[in-house]
Amino acid sequence: MGVKGRGTPDFGRMTMQISLQHRFAGFALDVAFDVPAGVTALFGPSGSGKSSVIKALAGLMRPDRGRISVGGQVLLDTDQRIFLAPHRRRIGCVFQDDRLFPHLSVRQNLLYGRWFSPDKSGVSFEAVVDMLGIAPLLARRPQTLSGGERQRVAIGRALLSNPQILAMDEPLAALDEARKAEILPYLEHLRDQTQIPILYVSHSVSEITRLAGSVVVLGKGQVLKTGPVAAVFSDPNLTPWLGGVREAGSVITARVAAQDADGLTRLETSAGPLWLPKVEAAIGATLRVRIAAQDVMIALQRPDGISALNILPATVVALRMGDGPGAMVQLRLGEELLLARITQRSAVQLGLAVGAPVFAVLKSVAVAPGDIGAPPITP
Amino acid sequence: MPDWFSPDEWRAVALSLRVSAWATALSLPLGILVAFVLARRQFWGKQVLNGLVHLPLILPPVVTGYLLLLTFGRKGLVGQYLEMIGIVLAFNWTGAVLAAAVMAFPLMVRAIRLSLEAVDARVEQAAGTLGASAPWVFATVTLPLILPGIIVGSVLAFAKAMGEFGATITFVANIPGQTQTLPSAIYAFLQVPGGDGQAFGLVLVSVFVAMAALAVSEWASKAVARRISGA
Repeated sequence: MGVKGRGTPDFGRMTMQISLQHRFAGFALDVAFDVPAGVTALFGPSGSGKSSVIKALAGLMRPDRGRISVGGQVLLDTDQRIFLAPHRRRIGCVFQDDRLFPHLSVRQNLLYGRWFSPDKSGVSFEAVVDMLGIAPLLARRPQTLSGGERQRVAIGRALLSNPQILAMDEPLAALDEARKAEILPYLEHLRDQTQIPILYVSHSVSEITRLAGSVVVLGKGQVLKTGPVAAVFSDPNLTPWLGGVREAGSVITARVAAQDADGLTRLETSAGPLWLPKVEAAIGATLRVRIAAQDVMIALQRPDGISALNILPATVVALRMGDGPGAMVQLRLGEELLLARITQRSAVQLGLAVGAPVFAVLKSVAVAPGDIGAPPITP
Repeated sequence: MPDWFSPDEWRAVALSLRVSAWATALSLPLGILVAFVLARRQFWGKQVLNGLVHLPLILPPVVTGYLLLLTFGRKGLVGQYLEMIGIVLAFNWTGAVLAAAVMAFPLMVRAIRLSLEAVDARVEQAAGTLGASAPWVFATVTLPLILPGIIVGSVLAFAKAMGEFGATITFVANIPGQTQTLPSAIYAFLQVPGGDGQAFGLVLVSVFVAMAALAVSEWASKAVARRISGA
C-alpha cells in the first residue's frame, strides 16, 4: 500500500501503471501500459480511448475492470474493490475546455486546490504565476480572458493543487494555431522547471514531438505501440496510425553550433551539420527538430549542384510500401532516425533495400519554426 | 403609526410579513435539498417526489388546507404527536407558516432546480480533481453558481406566501390578530357591507409588496449574475 507520509514525492522515480477494460456502446477499451517519469504522450485519433483513460485516472469514470497505481499508491483496483474518490487522488487535470470557476477571480481559481491540499511544500504560487506569465491577470475574471490565457490559468490551477501527476487532456485542441504557439513554450517551461510527471493526451504529432519523451499510441481502444518518441514516430509501420502520411515525420536532437551571417543557424547532429533558417537559441543549446517525412528526399550519390543545403549520409533501416503510390523509408543518420516519404516508383528505381547506404536531402526552409523546441530533460 | 389602517389591519399586514418570512426561511434548506435531488440524482420514486412537491400547485388550495388539517390538526396523524411536545399548528400563526410554506414550495424548488440544471457539471468535476470532496464542491462551486436561482426562488416563495389564502383559512381559520393574514383580512372586509374601502387599502399594500418583491428579485439576481460573469 501507499506510503503514509505526505512529503514531497520523489518524482524522479515516480511511475504509473495503468490497466483498464471497459465496454462502451460500440467500442471496447482494453489497454495496459506503464508511464515512466517525464512527459508521456497518449496519442491516437479521436475515438481511440485517450480521454477515457484520463477520466479513469482522475476517477471521473468507473471502468468495468482495471488497476491504476501511481508511485506505489493504488488509485483503482476493481479486483480488490478499491476506488479512490477523485478528490483523494491528487491528479492535476487540465481539460480541453479550461473549466475555470466563473465566480472566482484568476487568483482564487489558482489557489482553489491549494486550499484542499494538506501539503503546501510543492511549487510556490509565485513560481507558477511567473512560469506561466499570468501575473497581470490575477485580479481578473476568467470570462474576460482569451482562450490561451484561460488555458494557462487552468494549467497553473492544476499545478498548485500539488498533484502527484499532471494529466492534460488535449489542452491545446480548442485553441487556434497562434494560441497554440503562445502556450507551447510555457508547457516546455513546465516540463523543464518542475519535476512533476505529465501524461499528455493529444492527437497532434507536432505537439507530442515537441513536448514528450515517450509516447503510448492508442488505436480503437488498444495500445499499438509504446516507446521513446524518436523511435515510435520514425517507425514507418505506424504511419497510418500516426495521423497518416502528411503528418508523418521524425524527431532529431541537435545542438546549436553557429549563427551564420546570412541568417542561417548551423546545428550539429550526430549525423553531421544541419542548416536551418535562423533559430532563436543560444549557441550550445540543445534542440529537438521535427522533420516531416515529405520534406526528405533520398539520393544514392551525394548530389551536386542542388539548392538543398542539408545532405547527410544515411542507411536504410526499414521500408514500407503504402496502399497508394507512396512508400515510407526509415533512415539511420548517426544516432538519429529519420523518416522519408517517397513514391514506390522512386524506391524501385533507386533499388532501395534495408541496409543500403544513401544520402538524405533536406531543404533548410522546410522546417517550420513551430517544429523546433527544447528537448525534454531525460530522467 | 399612521391612522389610515385600524390596529387589526396593521396586525394583518405584520402577521403576513412574519408568516411569509418564516415560511421562506424555513423551507429554503429543504427546497435546496429537494431541488438538488431532483436535478442531479436518479432514484426509485423520483417521479413520486416530484409529484408530491408540485401537488399544491394544482390541487385546490382548500383541499391542501384540509389535508394539512387532517395531518397536522390536534387529532391529526402528526399533529397529535407534535402537541405532546408542545407544538400546536392548527388555528395558530405557526400553522399559517406551514400552509404558506407548503403552497410556496413548488415555486421555490422549481427556480432552484432550473439554476442547478444550468450549472456545468464539468466545472464541479474539476473542483473534485483539485481536492474538494463532494460537500465542499457543493459549498464552494455549486452554491455560489445557483445563488441567482436561490434568490429568485426565495422571493417568489415570499410573494406567494404573502398571497396565500385558501389553504391558510382552511387550516388556521381567520382570527383577527392571531391567524388573520392580509388576504384573509381583505376577504373578511369584503364580507361586510361597506367594507370595500378598508379592503382597498390592503389591496394596495398587497400590490405594492408583490411589485417590490419582483423588483428586488430582478435586481438581486442581475447583480449576482454580474458578479459571477465578471462583466
